[in-house]
Amino acid sequence: MNKTLLIFRHEFLQMIKRKGFIILTLIVPVLALIGIGIFQLVSTDEPPLVDTVIVGYVDETGGFDEFTTQGYIELVHFGTADDATAALINSDVSEYFIIPSDYLSTGVINRYTLERQLETPPAIATGIKNFLTSNMLTNKVPPETIYRIEYPLALVTTRLTETGEVATEQGGYGNVIIPAIFSLLLALSLQASSIYLVQGLGDEKENRLIEVLLSSVSPRQLLTGKILGLGTAGLVQVVIWLASLPLLLNLASSTIGGFFGTIQLPANFVVLGVIYFILGYLLFASLSAGVGAISPSAREGQQLSMIYAMLVYVPLWFASFLFIFPGSPIWSVLAIFPVTAPITVMLKLGVTGIAAWELAASLSVMVLSIIGALLLSVKAFRVYLLMYGKRPSWGEIIRSLRSG
Amino acid sequence: MLAVEVSHIAKSFADKVAVDNLSFSVNQGEMFGLIGPNGAGKTTTIRMMMDIIKPDSGQVTILGEKLNEDTKNRLGYLPEERGLYKKLQVLDSIVYLASLKGLDRHSATEKVNELLNQTGMSANKNKKIEELSRGMGQIIQFIVTIVHDPQLLILDEPFAGLDPVNTELLKGMLADLRNQGKAIILSTHQMNQVEELCDRILMINNGQDVLYGILSEIKARYRGNSVLVDFKGELGEAPGVTSRRNHKGYTELMLDSKTTPQQILAYLINRGMVINRFEVATPSLNEIFLKEVGKKS
Repeated sequence: MNKTLLIFRHEFLQMIKRKGFIILTLIVPVLALIGIGIFQLVSTDEPPLVDTVIVGYVDETGGFDEFTTQGYIELVHFGTADDATAALINSDVSEYFIIPSDYLSTGVINRYTLERQLETPPAIATGIKNFLTSNMLTNKVPPETIYRIEYPLALVTTRLTETGEVATEQGGYGNVIIPAIFSLLLALSLQASSIYLVQGLGDEKENRLIEVLLSSVSPRQLLTGKILGLGTAGLVQVVIWLASLPLLLNLASSTIGGFFGTIQLPANFVVLGVIYFILGYLLFASLSAGVGAISPSAREGQQLSMIYAMLVYVPLWFASFLFIFPGSPIWSVLAIFPVTAPITVMLKLGVTGIAAWELAASLSVMVLSIIGALLLSVKAFRVYLLMYGKRPSWGEIIRSLRSG
Repeated sequence: MLAVEVSHIAKSFADKVAVDNLSFSVNQGEMFGLIGPNGAGKTTTIRMMMDIIKPDSGQVTILGEKLNEDTKNRLGYLPEERGLYKKLQVLDSIVYLASLKGLDRHSATEKVNELLNQTGMSANKNKKIEELSRGMGQIIQFIVTIVHDPQLLILDEPFAGLDPVNTELLKGMLADLRNQGKAIILSTHQMNQVEELCDRILMINNGQDVLYGILSEIKARYRGNSVLVDFKGELGEAPGVTSRRNHKGYTELMLDSKTTPQQILAYLINRGMVINRFEVATPSLNEIFLKEVGKKS
């Protein structure tokens, strides 16, 4: 067998036997299956039981005595604020509010509670609001109108294509969730693959096995076999995730329904997911080979590789910014900048989609960066692979890369 | 065909000349000592021989040709600092490295089992490398070096860290390999091992050739005109003896240029002295090494 293939096979098999690799690969489908299983176990056809919350009120305006049941909130009338306070202290009510005599002109409602809260719980606020609205409008407008005033709209948005037809991708969080989860996994996979490459080279360099290897194979064969072996293992991981997504989604949507029924995979998501893993991995592997060559130990190599390995997460740190300002040019820059491109493109696919020019620019810059990084790394590999002890200074590295 | 032919190789790193116009050859079936102090250029020379680094000038021929994939398969290298895949099992580790030397998995496994038996390491074949002692690791590394039946072996400090039993085991295996016609290059600081095992040597210092040739001839060149004698009786004024130096258990007699050791031996016998030891004083390789390295530095 060709020696490059032998190294490829060895690296691939060693990688897929690692506990960390197996756990990371299986954790996504296994956790999703466990989640669906737990849902099936605990879910019933009956609506969930919610304890009734008793809320007291003091009506100084008068006329607020009907509609005292608002969902699971039971409203209890008290004659004075002192009575209501005593009930609150005795835990007869969870809280109380006062409708002051000038309520109709000011709209102020004074609420009293023993709990420390950031804001009024939305269910309580809605219950009080509907209680007030219903009492004020009863006998003045039909009950249907009161209900509509309380729940004025259910907004249904439909995205159309440029030809006026209903678009296949309707957007929304259902479209974002899978790219967002996949982006995180892709970042983890890229980081893990490059760390393993740096660690492998560092170990071989540290224990001098590199000399035995180089007495059998050329540096080119060693580097190619390693990059392809670890990359293929990473690709297997990504393909397992991507292949399991539609199956898990179907299962979740048929079992749980609701939000899961709205989840869609953006067009070209799987294809671009694979392409960006391959390109991202080649870029990171090229950088890692160079870092592995110049670092005297696995530990130092890993520290150096963290510089670019952490950059891969930048788009995820600012993902909420993308949801708020999807049109910001920063996203186009991050989609084109090679280290952040794989994750940004995946996120953009889910949120806004990606323009053809952005995709073309992103892919071109990625390919050019890979070629550049590979050329520099091969030089560093030749010059520094057999140098032990202290890591050369950046000045020395730049000088030797220039001189070739 | 020569096993190794190195012709005028030179290599510099930044401002330092590591190897300077070095030439030597190694024959098939001989054990060749490559000696020199730390930083003399031995490792750089070995790396250039193995094409791990390129010489700035000069030529290296291994087994009659420039090093290529085929000749790499016929070469075994034991680096000074040992290391194997710590998490891999002994058998898997050796079989993988043997496969990189062109051996198929089946033949490699067979040969590894044979060598593990020969070295008494069979019981450890399913252990991880990290579970072995340092000495055991050394033996495994030696097996990695010879598993593919190489024609040329380059061994950097092969006895370092070995106990006397394993040292003897290794010496025996090396002698067998030489008898099978393999060329062996021994790079070491242990001069007694070189004296015991090597036919020819190359001593280098500061990247340059200091001594090169047949070991016995080199030692003869450094022989002084003195004899070591352990005797009983009164020596008296022995003719041709310019001075004497007493050591523990023997006396060294310095002879003038006209007197031979045989004449002194005859004189001692004629005087009826009891002679327990009589030896022509020859410097050890270690003394020659210290003398030459000291002279150059």
